[in-house]
Amino acid sequence: MTAPAEPSAVSADTAPAPKRRDYAQFVVCAVMAAVGVFLVVDALSLTGGFAKVDPVGPRLFPLVIGGGLLVLSVVFAVAILRGSTGEADSGEDVDPNSPGDWKTVGLLVGLFVVTIAFVDVLGWAIIGTVLFAGAATILGSRHWVRNVAIGAVLGFGSFYAFYVGLGIPLPAGILDGIL
Amino acid sequence: MDNLNWLLQGFEQAATPMNLLYACIGVLLGTAVGVLPGIGPAMTVALLLPVTYNVSPSAAFIMFAGIYYGGMYGGSTTSILLNTPGESSSVITAIEGNKMARAGRAAQALATAAIGSFVAGSIGTMLLVLFAPAVSSFAVTLGAPSYLAIMLLALVAVTAVLGTSKLRGCISLLLGLAIGLVGIDFLTGQPRATFGIPQLSDGIDIVVVAVAVFALGEALWVAAHLRRKPAEVIPVGRPWMGKSDWKRSWKPWLRGTAYGFPFGALPAGGAELPTFLSYITEKKLSKHKDEFGKGAIEGVAGPEAANNASAAGTLVPMLSLGLPTNATAAVMLTAFVSYGIQPGPTLFEKEPLLIWTLIASLFIGNFLLLVLNLPLAPLWAKLLRTPRPYLYAGILFFAALGAFAVNLQWLDLALLLTFGLLGLMMRRFGLPVLPLIIGVILGPRIERQLRQSLQLGGGDWGSLFTEPVAIIVYIVIAMLLVAPLVAKVVRAHYPVAAPDFPDGPAGGDATDTREKAHA
Repeated sequence: MTAPAEPSAVSADTAPAPKRRDYAQFVVCAVMAAVGVFLVVDALSLTGGFAKVDPVGPRLFPLVIGGGLLVLSVVFAVAILRGSTGEADSGEDVDPNSPGDWKTVGLLVGLFVVTIAFVDVLGWAIIGTVLFAGAATILGSRHWVRNVAIGAVLGFGSFYAFYVGLGIPLPAGILDGIL
Repeated sequence: MDNLNWLLQGFEQAATPMNLLYACIGVLLGTAVGVLPGIGPAMTVALLLPVTYNVSPSAAFIMFAGIYYGGMYGGSTTSILLNTPGESSSVITAIEGNKMARAGRAAQALATAAIGSFVAGSIGTMLLVLFAPAVSSFAVTLGAPSYLAIMLLALVAVTAVLGTSKLRGCISLLLGLAIGLVGIDFLTGQPRATFGIPQLSDGIDIVVVAVAVFALGEALWVAAHLRRKPAEVIPVGRPWMGKSDWKRSWKPWLRGTAYGFPFGALPAGGAELPTFLSYITEKKLSKHKDEFGKGAIEGVAGPEAANNASAAGTLVPMLSLGLPTNATAAVMLTAFVSYGIQPGPTLFEKEPLLIWTLIASLFIGNFLLLVLNLPLAPLWAKLLRTPRPYLYAGILFFAALGAFAVNLQWLDLALLLTFGLLGLMMRRFGLPVLPLIIGVILGPRIERQLRQSLQLGGGDWGSLFTEPVAIIVYIVIAMLLVAPLVAKVVRAHYPVAAPDFPDGPAGGDATDTREKAHA
């Protein structure tokens, strides 16, 4: 039915690699259960609508969606135990056979948290520079000067482009009055 | 011919020098971003949304038309020169196109893709002119119950029919619906699922969700698995075709268009199936069967046309019903909403000039694409060599910029990171992204439609089944849900041999397995 997915399924059949059960998938169950519980608890704190004209009320959708997530998290957990594995996304720059470089991902997420924390204080131009230069460095570009230079062009360029071209004042932060 | 009049007015509006400039910018930006590896059309549109914030709606839509077709075209260039399709609908193009390129016929592969896209895009847009207003004028006669049923159909179709695993599709859909719940309940005014954060009472900006899931999630996922050696790019000159190439291409273009448009226009269509059907058809009809799997031009011309015609077809439900059926349309629909335009069946009545300008721009954008991109192909090929650290650092930068520029609050960046991690998780565990996005968009609208129609019906659930169209749609939904079960039973009784079809490309090692499969 879904054509392009078929070939991989076929190839998996023709070359049966001993697939280990992917227990990391329980992360998905945990996320679903957490969201489900939150939705149900939150929904129960609401007061219902006027049953006459609004028989659905504000509670039904969160209850159904939250309940659905809880049910599916159990179904999914069972499916995982029975050996269900998802096919990880492939892509042009993705090496599906690499074990997964989670340190790089962690560093990028950390960099993003720093960006969030300092965007108002330092202003977009500076934090944008830091974001690009930092990300390029983490991803393996060793040309420090070039990383910072491109970052600065992007950061300061986008600041002025948005300010002058689109009329959107990105925060200037500590450079307020200078830019 | 009232519509023709409107279309002419649309052209008048779109053809001013300033707007033509916007169209050019749209086409160039769309192609440039679409060519970049790792960026599919949906992500292209999501990343370029902020560019359109402060221009007028008509100028923005003119740019969008260019970005839409440009992003599509850019993706096929990547498939042919890198053997790495940005999305599932260009998988088939990559199969034959990359083989052609390896055999030294990259110029012809690019040319047949570009001209085929132009042909299919033009015919598809023409069909859009014919069908969308008709569907829309039919749709406005429908009441809330029918419209509710149609939206439910779209949800079921995207979740259960497309995609490999229904369980994973449902998970993704429910997560999307959960995101859509956040905000003030529209009837009782109570905040729902907002964590008590006042900025969340307007709901989570869908642009932030789209950019997070498509751009940030992808960048983080690639970061975890970055190829140490980027795939090799095949050098190319200016695309051109010889006489025999033309002869072998024009029929596949037309047949591909015929496959692509109806599938795109159906709520459960998508572009994968028509490209696949087109490939099989061309293989069957070709006089050069031996070339298939080694780089047959028909295998590029047909699927590429099907892909583009399907893209045009997608605009039928989007413009006439307000229903997004693929990720790119979903992101474009968010742009409508951010301009205060309510998508739905009344769009053609309420905003005729805007919509017809958009349609006229599709013709113009399609033409510009052909004129600009044939000579620019060598430049696009150079873009494929962008060092990967800079490419993905750039995606992170522009994703942050795009999410931040919506409301200028750090909270949006935090949401971007949260949903980016969600996108990473979905890619890691093979959860499809499309049901999530459709859920975010349609969930709130379904709830609103349901409760409003019940209000109008005096709270009587039976009032939902008063319209014939609604009942028919519910029957279709039931059939969609039951059909796979029936198919399973049938298949268990009559086992069929697997179709002879080359393996999906996913980089260098996939080529090896494919050759093994053919050996």
